Amino acid sequence: MIIEIGHYALILALATALVVSVVPVIGARRLDRAMMDLASVGSLAMFALVAFSFAVLTYAHVVSDFSVANVWENSHSLVPLLFKLSGVWGNHEGSMMLWLLILVLFSALVALFGRNLPDTLRANVLAVQAWISVAFILFILLTSNPFMRLDPAPAEGKDLNPVLQDVGLAIHPPLLYLGYVGFSVCFSFAVAALLEGRIDAAWARWVRPWTLAAWTFLTLGIAMGSYWAYYELGWGGWWFWDPVENASFMPWLAGTALLHSALVMEKREALKIWTVLLAILTFSLSLMGTFLVRSGVLTSVHAFASDPTRGVFVLFILLIFIGGSLSLFAFRAPQLSAGGLFAPISREGALVLNNLILTVACGTVLTGTLYPLLLETLTGDKISVGPPFFNMTFGLLMAPLLVIVPFGPLLAWKRGDLLAVLQRLYLVAILAFVVAVVFFYVQHGGPVLAVLGLAAALFLIFGAIADLWYRAGVGKVAASVAWRRLAGLPRSAFGTALAHAGLGVAVLGIVAVTTFETEHVIEMKPGQTVEAGGYAVRFDGMKPATGPNYSEERGHFTISRGGVEVADVWSSKRVYTARQMPTTEAGIVTFGLSQLYVSLGDPTNDGGMVVRIWWKPFILCIWGGAVIMAIGGFVSLSDRRLRVGAPNRRAKPLRPALEPAE
Amino acid sequence: MIRRLLLVIAMVLSAAPAFAVNPDEVLADRALEARARAISAELRCMVCQNQSIDDSNAELAKDLRLLVRERLTNGDTNEQVMNYIVSRYGEFVLLKPRFETKTILLWGAPLLLAVAGGLSLIVFARRRVQVPTGSRLSDEEEKKLDRLMHGDGL
Repeated sequence: MIIEIGHYALILALATALVVSVVPVIGARRLDRAMMDLASVGSLAMFALVAFSFAVLTYAHVVSDFSVANVWENSHSLVPLLFKLSGVWGNHEGSMMLWLLILVLFSALVALFGRNLPDTLRANVLAVQAWISVAFILFILLTSNPFMRLDPAPAEGKDLNPVLQDVGLAIHPPLLYLGYVGFSVCFSFAVAALLEGRIDAAWARWVRPWTLAAWTFLTLGIAMGSYWAYYELGWGGWWFWDPVENASFMPWLAGTALLHSALVMEKREALKIWTVLLAILTFSLSLMGTFLVRSGVLTSVHAFASDPTRGVFVLFILLIFIGGSLSLFAFRAPQLSAGGLFAPISREGALVLNNLILTVACGTVLTGTLYPLLLETLTGDKISVGPPFFNMTFGLLMAPLLVIVPFGPLLAWKRGDLLAVLQRLYLVAILAFVVAVVFFYVQHGGPVLAVLGLAAALFLIFGAIADLWYRAGVGKVAASVAWRRLAGLPRSAFGTALAHAGLGVAVLGIVAVTTFETEHVIEMKPGQTVEAGGYAVRFDGMKPATGPNYSEERGHFTISRGGVEVADVWSSKRVYTARQMPTTEAGIVTFGLSQLYVSLGDPTNDGGMVVRIWWKPFILCIWGGAVIMAIGGFVSLSDRRLRVGAPNRRAKPLRPALEPAE
Repeated sequence: MIRRLLLVIAMVLSAAPAFAVNPDEVLADRALEARARAISAELRCMVCQNQSIDDSNAELAKDLRLLVRERLTNGDTNEQVMNYIVSRYGEFVLLKPRFETKTILLWGAPLLLAVAGGLSLIVFARRRVQVPTGSRLSDEEEKKLDRLMHGDGL
């Protein structure tokens, strides 16, 4: 019974979404207060209904109600509770429910915190959010209903896909969706601005924190997914340029560009039209990512059950939203007033260059992802576009960006002095290069070209520090004054420095791992030792073990350095009983920022095991850098200027006489 | 047919906790082995979802790895090995497609996008310079400005 109530709540949410889609828009046209207010109430109601519906589905998973087809297909009574919970979104239907839940959550947040927005803008934004909600609720109800019953109810479930039985599943999709779907708010603001035909200060002040929040979550989500793939898939790779990875990476690239252009718009009222377009494109890429993953047109590890009717449906959603918003843009953009002017050499100019590079990189990834599909449809020729293509093109495009990043924050708005910035940065560049050479020499081995990569990474890190250094005036004023100045800097300045330094740390990790990684593929008998990354790894033997819903063969390894035991690690081959599906669980030991990665292969005829051991120097920098970037995002979000209440206080000017004549 | 193919793929995959090059495949000659690895990273495992033969432990990937090593030991250059594999398995096997007519847009994409972006920036900037930036102040605004500049403050 409770299942049916959950199902019904979703249908009610659809009805509510339909009302919120239409009435507030008419209200905004007629300036009818009551009709506009319906948007907030309706959005909150929609959230309550969807949240209830989602809770019901979670309940069905927790109590293992196998009369629900979705639970039967993706759960098992013996699965640990954490995986019963995360299993809710570890399947197509449930993940769409999560998508929807986060979408209506964002609508509700806009309704709650948007009281200081102009009435018409809020009404329009919430209506656009409701359009998206309608599309996705319809998609769920018509093609991917998680509340379908089975009669008679099976006694036992088919189990959750073993690869997904991991903490990663509990964290990765919610973070990723908070990012993906967070950009829907930017999209809705952009479409609302186009509907109204104007963009004002409130618009920019609102869009930036939302972009920042979505970007921060997406950064964490992608990093989490990458680390999960690294330890779960068992061959030590951390980025595969898989279509689904690209699908999450493209919104990130566009979102990063949006973050920077929204900054220009907020501070200098320039790049208005471009920011609106970018907001539309970013969410369009999120939608397209969902389409690519859900329709199964591209083969990938993420394509759980796919079915053509779903593909057609999502394609429809895609055409309507992307096509519709871009046509609206084409019609209305010329009406938007252009903003402030700036010289090519200026902070704005640097940010424009950032946007150019990021969008070109994003376009390249998009082309590479879709080209095989298009070519096959048009000519029937089958080609592959894989990591070698992306590494080459994307790497070449990103290199100049890495070099110009430290210049941006040091240039003045409107008209900058490149020479002055060069004078400030050349010492930083020399320092970065020297440290890179030393680093390379200590690590030894690998192509000399890597020194340039290391130098670029260090230039980013030192450049970020230099930015704060110069802002505080260290060396020019007394230390106590400099310290007070530093403490008095806006949090967004620290956010910027952290994010840029985080990028540097990630690049450092990427270059170090690709350059200095070592790999050993060997047959090992118990008692045998192999040297990797300065550590001796001894294979002690295999031992059977059983978990709640799997049995495994575990290999034990003792790791010592200079004859002293420093760690031990288990690496195992598992078979999940319900699906009879084998997986490898790599054994990973962390030393500082580096890791030893031990993965088991097949047993050999003479009682040994095939073992693969990698030394991954500085690999943790890759994800650590992403986490630093995200911390930068949060720090920047906490800036007083961006806090949601701030505009409220400012909205009441102390001296009305100072208000500009409009 | 397709269903059977999918079934085969599913079986291959499910039997494949990813694990690539095995010790018995490795060539004694280090330089040759390094070349083999480099080539393997650029060849697609045809029955896998999105892996190179270097990363996959599917039977077919193993066969291809052995084939690559066999050709290399017979004295083929990297290019000859690639050509041979493509002649047998088609261009789908290449993870980095060749530069030719049908991939010109793919390889040209970064350049085309950058040029298009750069040009539109220039055009846009030029047009912006020609547009007058604002209207003159209205009489009322002039008065207000005057009051602010010369009057007794606020």
